[in-house]
Amino acid sequence: MKYLDEFNDPELARQQFEDIERIVTRPWALMEVCGGQTHSIVRNGIDQLLPEQVRLIHGPGCPVCVTPLETIDKALAIAARDDTIFCSFGDMLRVPGSHHDLFQIRSNGGDVRVVYSPLDAVRIAADNPDKEVVFFGIGFETTAPANAMTVVEAERRGLTNFSMLVSHVLVPPAIAAIASSPDTQVNAYLAAGHVNVVMGTAEYEPLVERFRVPIVVTGFEPLDVLEGIRRALLQLEEGRAEVENAYPRAVQAGGNPAAQAVLADVFEVCDRPWRGIGVIPASGWRLSPRYGRFDAERRFEVQDLHVEESPSCRSGEVLQGLIKPNECEQFGTTCTPRKPLGATMVSSEGACAAYYQYRRLDVPEKVRT
Amino acid sequence: MTRETEVVTSVASGAWSCPLPLRDHERIVTGHGGGGRLSQELIEHLFRPAFGGDVDDPSHDAAVLSLPTGGGRLAFSTDSYVVTPVIFPGGSIGDLAVNGTVNDIAMTGAVPLVLSTAFVLEEGLELATLGRIAEDMGRAAIAAEVQLVTGDTKVVEARDRGGGLTITTAGFGVVPEGVELGPRCVRPGDQVLLSGPIGQHGMAIMSLREGLEFETELRTDSAPLTGLVQTMLATAPGGGVRALRDATRGGFAAVLCELAEAGDAGIEYVERDVPVPGDVAAACGFLGLDPTHVANEGKLVAVVAPEVADEVLAAMRSHPHGREAVRVGEVVEDHRGIVVARTGIGARRVVDLPLGEQLPRIC
Repeated sequence: MKYLDEFNDPELARQQFEDIERIVTRPWALMEVCGGQTHSIVRNGIDQLLPEQVRLIHGPGCPVCVTPLETIDKALAIAARDDTIFCSFGDMLRVPGSHHDLFQIRSNGGDVRVVYSPLDAVRIAADNPDKEVVFFGIGFETTAPANAMTVVEAERRGLTNFSMLVSHVLVPPAIAAIASSPDTQVNAYLAAGHVNVVMGTAEYEPLVERFRVPIVVTGFEPLDVLEGIRRALLQLEEGRAEVENAYPRAVQAGGNPAAQAVLADVFEVCDRPWRGIGVIPASGWRLSPRYGRFDAERRFEVQDLHVEESPSCRSGEVLQGLIKPNECEQFGTTCTPRKPLGATMVSSEGACAAYYQYRRLDVPEKVRT
Repeated sequence: MTRETEVVTSVASGAWSCPLPLRDHERIVTGHGGGGRLSQELIEHLFRPAFGGDVDDPSHDAAVLSLPTGGGRLAFSTDSYVVTPVIFPGGSIGDLAVNGTVNDIAMTGAVPLVLSTAFVLEEGLELATLGRIAEDMGRAAIAAEVQLVTGDTKVVEARDRGGGLTITTAGFGVVPEGVELGPRCVRPGDQVLLSGPIGQHGMAIMSLREGLEFETELRTDSAPLTGLVQTMLATAPGGGVRALRDATRGGFAAVLCELAEAGDAGIEYVERDVPVPGDVAAACGFLGLDPTHVANEGKLVAVVAPEVADEVLAAMRSHPHGREAVRVGEVVEDHRGIVVARTGIGARRVVDLPLGEQLPRIC
């Protein structure tokens, strides 16, 4: 299969590992920002085959994991309404709110639908004029253009029964927040390639200058990830700190200007709480005033929410790369994908879920199911 | 307690750490029917205790029963079929309803003989559609050499847009003398064979799902596997074939996990040796799904003794439903009850049952 098999080639992977072995002379810690990369690393066992001196720290780039509990509780409250069809990406259905998840809302009679394309939610709104149709618009810059198109399309069609619950987050402020932390151990970042497909690479230049860290735009197949790691290590060993594109078959420096134009029209930057981490200034998007009437938070006054985060969940530390998932006491015992304490154990891109799924032989007996 | 119960209990103590079964859900959620952990827990903690201890190994899709008169053994199985859309590339729910139950029976080594069929029809179902499905069932029964001998029809009020249907088939077959298959027979050193490329049925259905329509040539692989199984057994009489499973819901990976758990055996396979057709790999890559968890309707996994593996593989390849059969792994001494995959780049990872249904990821 073109563009898949080639990037999973064992012989080329072996050469990459050898190159990396040759480059490295001392310990380095790299953070892969995106949960999709974490998944690829753990699923393929890339970290097992790297030299001991290279440590991978798993970053906060899982949109499901960082969506604030309060937003999820709002989604659950809206989805439970009789007059509402609630549309969401499949990943979100199993994420625990304070008391339950969207699957349970659905089994209690709520109309919760999985959509694969955000525009399907607009079509559902057009087909059901007597219902309120709410789309759960979450994600990083990657999903933002398609989510933004829903309100553009809803406006074009003159739909008054469509709205979006928005919880969009941005990568560069997250990198800045982690790099600013006095505790940070990260020497270089692997940027999330699909975010750069949309946004380009320019907004990473100030970060490189400010924090003197290499940022390498990296893809997702095993050889993509290895190339990102190799280039980051090469920069570190040579004392360079630059923005480098290791995913040129998908990413152009300018990104996708048409998508950026839609984003500038539909969204405006806002402060955003990240689940398990806290509020990061100017790290999210909300609907711009022009599209404010499509804002589900405004349309549905959701009140009396009593947000209860599990006191023993350490996903915030996992998301900041301070601990590995299997270093948490709850991992595999009181917290499993079947009964998750936090979203990192749920999402297919969550670091805890990836460790649970693929790494049970490396951790103590208690973790095996 | 039966021998089967002991096997399951000994696995369950490791597999189940929660003292409060089924506490997570007060109602049925979709995942309870997904063939993964939640389905397993429903059987283990709700049905099994309520039905009493004499139920055959519930991880089996068919029960093997000794006739009281000493007149041989019967394999008995039942399954309900719900699929949207009801007609899809290469077949319909009618093909699945026949082949699915036929294959569940065939995996015990039995030759299926008769099926019953019960229809629950929703108001609004078009007679032309039902006619097409019935014809498919008739054709599939001839191909599988079984007879549809009895049945029932009920009509219920329409849900959603109506026009759907559920088919339940049950059937039995005769287990040839001396044939004893099951996870308990699996030994370290045994070889794991797969009868052909995986993921076609699940992705053919997925390609038609509302909102997901993608263009593909994929067709269901629905097929009766009795002939293939009998060919394999004839090649290696005397217990060379240890266990068979058809890799339906939950896919290739779920079948291996069930075999490993039920047989208390470690299984290792090599990812690159598992044949995934190009369009299945592409669609799965696009949607963030794992092809080893995608359903098949005409593929089986066999565990066979090492000394007969080559012959059984050759016999499979000589059969139309096993032409692309491959050896994918083996049973090992280590990590009993757990399946491990060698990844494309040469590392190892644990393979697990999916929790419930696979969900396409966000980005």
